[in-house]
Amino acid sequence: MFKYEKPDNARMIKVGINGKDWSVPEGLTMIQAMWYTGHEVIHGIGCLGGVCGACAAVYRMPGDFHLHNALACQTLVRENMAFSLIPSFPSQRADYKIEAIADTKEELFKLYPESATCRNCNACTEVCPQGIDVRDAVWRSVFGDFKGVTEETMSCVMCGLCVSRCIAEMAPHEIALYARRAYGSQELKFPDNLLHRMEKIQSGDFDVELSRLLSLSPEMLKSECEAK
Amino acid sequence: MSQDQKTALSLYDHLPTFITDDPPSLTSEQRMALLARYYPDYRPEGKTTLRVGPNKGNVVPEEIANILETRSRLLHPEKIERPVEPDIEVDLLIVGGGGAGITAALFAKETGASVLLATKLRIGDSNTVMAEGGIQVALGDDDSPAQHLKDAYRGGHFTGDPELLSVLVKEGPEVISWLVRKGVLFDRDAHGSLALRKGGGTTRPRLISAKDYTGLELVRVLKEDLLNSGIPLWEFSPAVELLEGPDGSCAGAVLLDVDSGKLKWVKARSVLLSTGGTGRLHIGGFATSNHFGATGDGLGMAYRMGSPLLHMESFQYHPTGVIYPSEMAGMLITEAVRGAGARLYNKEGKRFVNELETRDIVASAIIRECSEGRGVRTPAGHFGVYLDLAAIDRDMGEGTVARRFPNILKLMSKHDVDCSTHPILVYPTLHYQNGGISADKEGRTPIKHLYVAGETTGGLHGKNRLMGNSLLEVLVFGHRVGLAAAREGMSRKPFSWQEVGFGHVKRFERELDSEFHGVERPEGPLLFPDYRRKTSGDNA
Repeated sequence: MFKYEKPDNARMIKVGINGKDWSVPEGLTMIQAMWYTGHEVIHGIGCLGGVCGACAAVYRMPGDFHLHNALACQTLVRENMAFSLIPSFPSQRADYKIEAIADTKEELFKLYPESATCRNCNACTEVCPQGIDVRDAVWRSVFGDFKGVTEETMSCVMCGLCVSRCIAEMAPHEIALYARRAYGSQELKFPDNLLHRMEKIQSGDFDVELSRLLSLSPEMLKSECEAK
Repeated sequence: MSQDQKTALSLYDHLPTFITDDPPSLTSEQRMALLARYYPDYRPEGKTTLRVGPNKGNVVPEEIANILETRSRLLHPEKIERPVEPDIEVDLLIVGGGGAGITAALFAKETGASVLLATKLRIGDSNTVMAEGGIQVALGDDDSPAQHLKDAYRGGHFTGDPELLSVLVKEGPEVISWLVRKGVLFDRDAHGSLALRKGGGTTRPRLISAKDYTGLELVRVLKEDLLNSGIPLWEFSPAVELLEGPDGSCAGAVLLDVDSGKLKWVKARSVLLSTGGTGRLHIGGFATSNHFGATGDGLGMAYRMGSPLLHMESFQYHPTGVIYPSEMAGMLITEAVRGAGARLYNKEGKRFVNELETRDIVASAIIRECSEGRGVRTPAGHFGVYLDLAAIDRDMGEGTVARRFPNILKLMSKHDVDCSTHPILVYPTLHYQNGGISADKEGRTPIKHLYVAGETTGGLHGKNRLMGNSLLEVLVFGHRVGLAAAREGMSRKPFSWQEVGFGHVKRFERELDSEFHGVERPEGPLLFPDYRRKTSGDNA
């Protein structure tokens, strides 16, 4: 099996994993440190590329009262770091069909009434491993600025860490998803080039040429495709 | 700052002067010679000949043989007590909850069929969520489905299936419309049309994207609709064996609940495998860009049932995987950066290949540079070449990298590399399984009522795939196959639970016994890669 090489002459450092101390080489991510120490990780692992949100983690450094959060597949362990995975954080998700909503701004308060109860503590923004201004996105949702929410939250990996800290007990990532979908589905005009292409396909404009290509012998098709 | 990072800085202190002169252009013959000499598919080492099953006699990588010629995880299936009744009975069981599986489930539900979606990790955990670059769809005035087909067929070195390709290119716009109506946010041009960009190996700008979060954006939306659809969803429940029904047909599957260790028995009138690719097998020792679950589970189960595979010797090694810092090894830098003007340089600061050649050509050229001493050595002893994104900002204006590729910038910055000013060290990474289970336009395999969709299938792309055609594939075929499998399941002649069993497993085990007498074979499906250190831990 392929190994994620540890750097030459890596120094051994002490880390706490799920409340137990271990010694691991410097230069490993949290997930790699768990593998190194023999942990089997099934819950709390996903793409290993920082986009799926499966590996939310919480950690502390000695002498620092701050509680930090991170994605475990992208965060290097440091000397005396103590961390645990939070593979799943329960959150409330609304049931809706975005195409069928008449007034998406009004509907937000039916689907997520708690969205209007933000107390501006800013903990969600501080916890976000993607650096999103979550608090601001929640307020933009409430004020109906769904375009602003879209621009602010495109990098959301839905890890749910914001839910874990919200004193108003809302699920900001789900609210932002609703706002983005409302913007894309209802506020943006259906793209012209896509509309025109659909019309042409439905009226069979391309069928003759496609059938002709499929009727060619492999050699003829090849020679036709070779010409760029 | 770690030792590793200090070395990185010194590595960056001694950058060569990058010479922007065009690299030599290649003739068709030179391309084929480059592939034959350096592309891993064509190298003889690490290959073996299959001894059992429908592809007996084919030469494939050893890692692939090790998931095909396997013993059942159920060990002696004839001794396993089948429950009196199945745990659930459905018209359609979908195994694998990535892009193809979710799309199939949503459309299958519309037919009125009863559907169960089972997946190994969480719903949406897949290679789809990781796709950065975009989706190919022929929308430009100067473009057409036929032109798209020609590019894809040429890109696959004329080994793809033209009929499957014709479905892909023609049904692309419809499924993209479905997504736009759901609120998937593709980038727009100044007039509100979908912005079209150019990818490697294509003659027209045809890539639509959602910044460099295309797969994530798709999955966020589709996952929410799936969760709201009422379709039963069993997470952390991979299939470990298919069930055989009357006349060698497929009749369901046995799932493993990975938390309780219990088996779940599903009687299904149709089964759709959308289990994804095989990057986590690390074929040839390559790093991979793939999801943790990409272990090719569907391939082994279908093969055991007698379903033939196509092009299983053919894999896509994406040219630009991160090779340094080593903890990021294998992570992908999207091809779209090369479309936008990023340049590749060897240790001497020279360009050595046109960056917009197809992926296999660019990958071969990087392997050539590194094996002929023109690669850059990393502190962990790997070799790579420079991928310079700074050229993008120079050509297209300051801030372009930050605007177009925010995810790459963010991820690299977590490892102290500012890639808008500094080159990234890259080496090919195992990215995509070109081949897979053979199927027709409706995803039907030769095994009655066994269907496939997505990366686990073979044939469509042939021996090379162009960027943006795989996301299109999971959507177009997820749609088609989901509908066909559901309808054909509903109209299937009834059969009883007593007619369901493991006949195919017993036959396959007998074949293994006669071909490998006394030689141990691994169990399959693999389910999870194991990166744990085998020696005892260092409890502090």
